[in-house]
Amino acid sequence: MAEGERPVDGARPGDAAMPAEGPASDLPERRTELERVLGWFDTRLGLASTVRVAMRKVFPDHWSFLLGEIALFAFIILVATGTYLTLFYTPDGRQVTYQGPYTILQGASVSAAYASVMRLSFEVEAGLLMRQVHHWTALVFFGAIAVHLARVFFTGAFRKPREVNYLVGIGLLLMALGEGITGYSLPDDLLSGTGLRIIDSVMLSVPFIGPWLASLFFGGEFPTVGILSRLFVFHVMLLPGLLIGGVATHLAILWLQKHTQYRGHGAREDNVVGLPFWPGQVFRSTGLFFLTAAVITLVAGLIQINPVWLYGPYVPYVATVPAQPDWYVGWLEGALRLGLPIEPTILGVTIPSPFVPGVLIPGILVGALALWPFLEARLTHDHAEHNLLDPPWRTPIRTATGAAGVAVFLVLTLAGGNDVLAVMLDLPVETVTMIFRFLLVLAPVVTWLVVYRMARDVRDGHERRARTGTKPEPPAVLLVRGPGGGFRDAEQEP
Amino acid sequence: MNHPSPDTRRAERRIALSFGVSMVSGFALLGVYLAGGQTQVEAVLLAISLGGIGAGIIVWSQRLLPNDLHVEPRHPAADPASTAVRDIVAEERAITRRSLLIRALGGAFAGLAAALAIPVLSLGPAPGRSLFQTPWRRGLRMVGLDGQPIKASDVPVGGIVTGFPEGVPGSADGQTLLIRVGPGLLRLAADRMAWAPDGYVAYSKLCTHAGCPVGLYRSVEHRLICPCHQSTFDVLDGAQPVFGPASRPLPQLPIRIEADGTIVALGDFTDTVGPGFWNMHDG
Repeated sequence: MAEGERPVDGARPGDAAMPAEGPASDLPERRTELERVLGWFDTRLGLASTVRVAMRKVFPDHWSFLLGEIALFAFIILVATGTYLTLFYTPDGRQVTYQGPYTILQGASVSAAYASVMRLSFEVEAGLLMRQVHHWTALVFFGAIAVHLARVFFTGAFRKPREVNYLVGIGLLLMALGEGITGYSLPDDLLSGTGLRIIDSVMLSVPFIGPWLASLFFGGEFPTVGILSRLFVFHVMLLPGLLIGGVATHLAILWLQKHTQYRGHGAREDNVVGLPFWPGQVFRSTGLFFLTAAVITLVAGLIQINPVWLYGPYVPYVATVPAQPDWYVGWLEGALRLGLPIEPTILGVTIPSPFVPGVLIPGILVGALALWPFLEARLTHDHAEHNLLDPPWRTPIRTATGAAGVAVFLVLTLAGGNDVLAVMLDLPVETVTMIFRFLLVLAPVVTWLVVYRMARDVRDGHERRARTGTKPEPPAVLLVRGPGGGFRDAEQEP
Repeated sequence: MNHPSPDTRRAERRIALSFGVSMVSGFALLGVYLAGGQTQVEAVLLAISLGGIGAGIIVWSQRLLPNDLHVEPRHPAADPASTAVRDIVAEERAITRRSLLIRALGGAFAGLAAALAIPVLSLGPAPGRSLFQTPWRRGLRMVGLDGQPIKASDVPVGGIVTGFPEGVPGSADGQTLLIRVGPGLLRLAADRMAWAPDGYVAYSKLCTHAGCPVGLYRSVEHRLICPCHQSTFDVLDGAQPVFGPASRPLPQLPIRIEADGTIVALGDFTDTVGPGFWNMHDG
């Protein structure tokens, strides 16, 4: 291309999507169709020069940075499949007579909501697949959020200047939890109705405001006909709106502050080493999105989830066993199961038994998680900016505390299945519950001590080698067998 | 342009194959749907269709795109010496009695918040007495789900039925367990023994922990177990909790057996039914 043809600002119409690297002479002479189309937009919107700068933004490349992306992709799939489900779902708690093809329930009195879920599952071709993809994606969503949070916590990515984005993330986690609980309640099957009953009891247990809280939320004394339409609004409008705004904020702050990175490959506190957004990261992320969707579809299509026809419709005078909530609510259910039979009345105010395990303990756990960045900065007097991530062994106290938190979460989650475990282990459920009550105190303490010792030993080993100048053991060498039969170091160029 | 290497050619073939498989699978899915549909087959085909695109793009990015590392400088979010924040605040410094006005504005917002609480309070009725009461009244007969009176003879020794106040079958807070135990087994307080004639005793079915229906009965041990959180109640001992998170007994319904065998309530339950709340003992 001749020099004179270039506009002064250096942006040609149509090169928005072209990698900025390399001299212009590498570009083919003829403009492709894609360039022509993009050029048409650029001559009208003039975005190419701005977009081109943004496209060059460097993102560090590490598999652990993809965990948050998987959560984002799951959210996209949830919005897409959820929108489809709303086209069939009726948020109506009024009773109708079931007359669908599922013979066992024919003639039964069910809510219109339950009947609509049954119709979607049995009479809408591929409707069941969409429902199961939605439910499975919700499980993956929380899985991705949990490991993403663990990555952020254990590598110290929450430190200055990222405390704000960490809090945005905690907010997203809570909104996602709200989505999970409201969504689980919508089909109005026996399990979801029982779950609502427990939520009502936990609300009631709050001193002074409990009865008001429950009445305002449910629109009266449980069970109310109107609760489903309220939950529906929360599930498909209020919370998704907040989540979309929150996710956008989360990503905008990430973009603004640039991603953290691990040491190595020349990474320093004052630079970012990685692949540019376009094409490297866009291609990888797009590929990951489709692979995530593929795996979820496969699992959701082959492994049954939430078969509401087996649970039956919700009636307030029936409960069933075993009844476990979705995995991300298991810790709350477990806390209630381990709760102590104590309801003290202090100055005329009774503290009902679900208050401590259902409100106080979750509140303290989430509060501690949210405040940890500030707590750690205060304890360590470290108020510097950090863009390089810590390997977990470098910070034994943080790592041990996080591990103890994970231990509490695991014990509570397992306790949520104490009845199932009792059957599996052939023990009385009372024994299993007592063991879990004991473990809830013991497991975090032991975990803290063991992880602290392990991390400290590894750290001391590194420091000793650094001090005495002894080299660490050489890293493992990956040998690759070439086409000629010989071996070579994978790191070397062939 | 350079001639592509054999590696590049191979990668291109693999990517094209991946996309091709995806395309075939997508059209096959359409065919399956039109032919009547089959959920599992549709899922597998959809997964292949999505996965083919994903795998192709990943190979594309790994094999055909430049993967050399780039370095970009970072800058602190704000210069510590910057006066931007102070400048912004200073823009409205002209006001003289600023703290007074800010306090007044705070007060105005508090008033507005109080005003906006009204629509929130309209979301549900004031709790009132409803939590303390059930539909049970003196003289109401116990009925089954079908609304027909339950007869004492319907319940064998060791048996259990769920009953409701007459006229409200399916009542959520009036649901009651009528249990019949062997003669002489009940160890109720003296004033309650009369409410459990001939080994028939009636308790609220709502768990006093989290309000689940206490639906499991181990008749040999005479224990009621809540399936939700395993609170366990001793039927013989006034449904006192013996295990689990519930701390209060299931309230007892005083009953009498009429000459025709129907069960009649002598009043409402002995205590507030279901989950606790802060002023539950004021009832």
